[in-house]
Amino acid sequence: MASSTSSPSLDPRVLKEPLPMPGPQGNWRRYFTFNTDAKVIGIQYIAVALLFLLVGGLLAMIMRGELITPPADLVDPTVYNGLYTMHGTVMLFLFLFPVLNGFNNLLIPPMIGAPDMAFPRLNALAFWLFPVFGVILMASFLVPGGPSGSGWWAYPPLSTQNPLGHAINGQLLWILSVALSGVSSIMGAVNFCTTILRMRAPGMGLFKMPIFCWTALAAQLIQLMGLPVLTAGAAMLLFDLSFGTSFFKPEGGGDPMLYQHFFWFYSHPAVYVMALPIFGIFSELFPVYARKPLFGYKVVAIASFAITVLSLIVWVHHMFYSGTPQWMRNVFMVTTMLIAVPTGIKVFAWIATLWRGSIRLSTPMLFCLAGVFNFIFAGITGVMLATVPVDIHVGNTYFVVGHFHYIIFNMITFGVFAAIYHWFPKFTGRMYYESLGKLHFILTFIGSTLNFLPMHWAGLMGMPRRVASYDPEFATANVLASLGAFLLGVATIPFLLNLVSSLVRGPKAPPNPWNAIGLEWLLPSPPPAENFEDDVPTVISGPYGYGLGRPLVEDQERFERRALEA
Amino acid sequence: MTSTGRSQANRGPSLLLVAAGLGLDALASWTMAQQSYRWLPVQASTAAPYVDNLFALETGIGTFILVGCSAVIAWTLLFNRAPKYDLDDGDPIEGNLTLEIIWTVIPLLVVLAIAWHTIGINRTLATLGGKQRLATAAPLTSASLLATGSLPMAAGSLPIATDSEDVGPIQVIARQWSWEFIYPNGVRSSELHLPVDRQIYFRLISMDVLHGFYIPAFRLKQDLIPGSVIDYRLTPSRQGRYRLRDSMFSGGYFATNQTDVVVETGAEFEAWLAAAERAPLRPSFNAANEIWQQRLAEGNRGWATVPPAPPPEVNVSLDPQNSHEA
Repeated sequence: MASSTSSPSLDPRVLKEPLPMPGPQGNWRRYFTFNTDAKVIGIQYIAVALLFLLVGGLLAMIMRGELITPPADLVDPTVYNGLYTMHGTVMLFLFLFPVLNGFNNLLIPPMIGAPDMAFPRLNALAFWLFPVFGVILMASFLVPGGPSGSGWWAYPPLSTQNPLGHAINGQLLWILSVALSGVSSIMGAVNFCTTILRMRAPGMGLFKMPIFCWTALAAQLIQLMGLPVLTAGAAMLLFDLSFGTSFFKPEGGGDPMLYQHFFWFYSHPAVYVMALPIFGIFSELFPVYARKPLFGYKVVAIASFAITVLSLIVWVHHMFYSGTPQWMRNVFMVTTMLIAVPTGIKVFAWIATLWRGSIRLSTPMLFCLAGVFNFIFAGITGVMLATVPVDIHVGNTYFVVGHFHYIIFNMITFGVFAAIYHWFPKFTGRMYYESLGKLHFILTFIGSTLNFLPMHWAGLMGMPRRVASYDPEFATANVLASLGAFLLGVATIPFLLNLVSSLVRGPKAPPNPWNAIGLEWLLPSPPPAENFEDDVPTVISGPYGYGLGRPLVEDQERFERRALEA
Repeated sequence: MTSTGRSQANRGPSLLLVAAGLGLDALASWTMAQQSYRWLPVQASTAAPYVDNLFALETGIGTFILVGCSAVIAWTLLFNRAPKYDLDDGDPIEGNLTLEIIWTVIPLLVVLAIAWHTIGINRTLATLGGKQRLATAAPLTSASLLATGSLPMAAGSLPIATDSEDVGPIQVIARQWSWEFIYPNGVRSSELHLPVDRQIYFRLISMDVLHGFYIPAFRLKQDLIPGSVIDYRLTPSRQGRYRLRDSMFSGGYFATNQTDVVVETGAEFEAWLAAAERAPLRPSFNAANEIWQQRLAEGNRGWATVPPAPPPEVNVSLDPQNSHEA
């Protein structure tokens, strides 16, 4: 496999610089270094993100323990506020964004035949900021007064109240952490966009690119356009909090509503930054496990960009009840509802891909099917929330909490699990245990439904979100939700057991265990440091040619043989 | 089940099956739409029926889509499963332009129709009056609010047009964490009394951070924004005692920031106002304050919070013993 490293005719895209700790494939120490290999960085991202999934999940279970009874009796209400703020922040900024950046790192270069990212050092820097802002956020548990308790929105004037008056406080650390996360994500976005646009294998036109790369590009463009706005808003908030400015303080002539615009201009599209790559994962996995081409590939690809464009003009739907004039509510209601069209196209395309397929219900497929089912449900409640009169009633209630957990957990995190199982053999070289995977799926599906479905009901009845105590009429829904949350905690046991035991003693994985079509499956498992190195295959047909009997690349058999021999 | 090229003769039964499926789906959707009213609290304002009807409509359409998609997925899982050890591919269908146009255009028309319908409802409801930013830079104090009607307003603020039947403006003052209501005759209370079937005008004022004025039985909610006075109006339509909850997170003891709305007949309301006027001002019951005093007594443990504002001085306090309908 490494016989061609000293070939005189190097592909100019291949990076040949000495790495700080290149090490052999089996050297675990490289995962703790400033390594510039995208596959090492990808695994670093995913491992640390999964660690924070456990932290965020633990916080959630304490919250659900508090909410299993109506009064605030487990923790002090101020502690509850800190817990839910940190739960949201950890899950978004320390689990979902990093885990998806991990997949971008692992998948994009092999899928397009590139040796590495366009800017490997920038890539490593973007990753190493992640433990830094992770530690800063966790440190806020230790400062006097505890972590930020103003919610992950951090709306002023609440977020700038600073009750104890200390210069170093939980809110300050929260803002620093979120701002650093934004800087890291911008570095990542520059890298991913450049790599996708400039480093594709010969013959791979945009319309021969796998959908995951389309959706990654669409999502990372949102990062480039939206994140500067959030970062600016965070900087102003920090100045209001620590240096006495009054960008958002009414008594100094500022306007608290201004912050909400800065915040949601990025933070609504941020949902699509997380959802789009999962749409990509669904589009990759359905063809593999239904043994059929992706239905309407081109339309599915283009729909990603329709989502990108629309996502940037919907943010005011978070402010329908904040004193927004009627004409503005109407405009943003229409733009929000239009998002149902491109997402609908994708959902219908996935279902049509299943139609008359040859379906295999392996663990990744189960997570994909359940993820799409949950996404249809969440899309329907999403359209309900878009219509102003319904939003006026259920906005800021548990209905919204149920809705976005259906998106963020029951769809996005299901997609993350599907992707972990599907590409586990490729990047670790080991097969996972199917029965443990199915157990993980069943527990997760029951737990998440029990957890998040009754929340809709509580919200319709008028239970506000973010409360530490509630009126007794909401008890039934909350008991169900708490039981579901504890079951989700149990579900992580087979998951972690599977990851660890497969990694240690799972059967060796062949290059293409799922009989899938794609450049990454023409590589050995795990792929060598620079993928195809200077022998990059020439792509001659579009992806997902299942049942069409056409080769994906020139000399396909030679690449398949080489991967087997490696 | 992956046999290609179904004959024309086969088409009749499958069309019948699709028609029967769509019929069942429509029936299920109709049932769910009817059921949806039962997931909501009682309707106690003139806005509530509009909200509930729209929600039922969306529940019906949503059910149709969810059941339809799930049925197709279930069908494929039942009949298109690969037998064990069968490594064959499925039908290599790459797309169908007609189908793709249909499932782009129909959803587009459906959401535009819902949006059009909803804009009409918005126009009917129009609960939100103007939002005026305060002209003064000085923070509001209770003293500056004591004389009702002397609220500092921005230049050009519109006087509320009222006909003789209308009530108000009632000032709604939110603090961390209490509600205070000041009626036009100067009466102050910490539970809200309203006459039924009359249009009520409110001025929503926050003294510190964002709060949300939310009455689930009315299906209405509006944020209170510090530095602004927001005009708001609604018409209660059913007598009873309902919850008013703070819906916009306001820190420390946010969850305790709720009170009751009592909707009564015009005569009862007038009698209540007259009796309240004679009652002396005294500090209201305040749940946040109780918890805070308890926390101080136990050594002030817990994470940082601003202390609760002193309970408002009111003629009529809320009574935590009362039970509410919704």
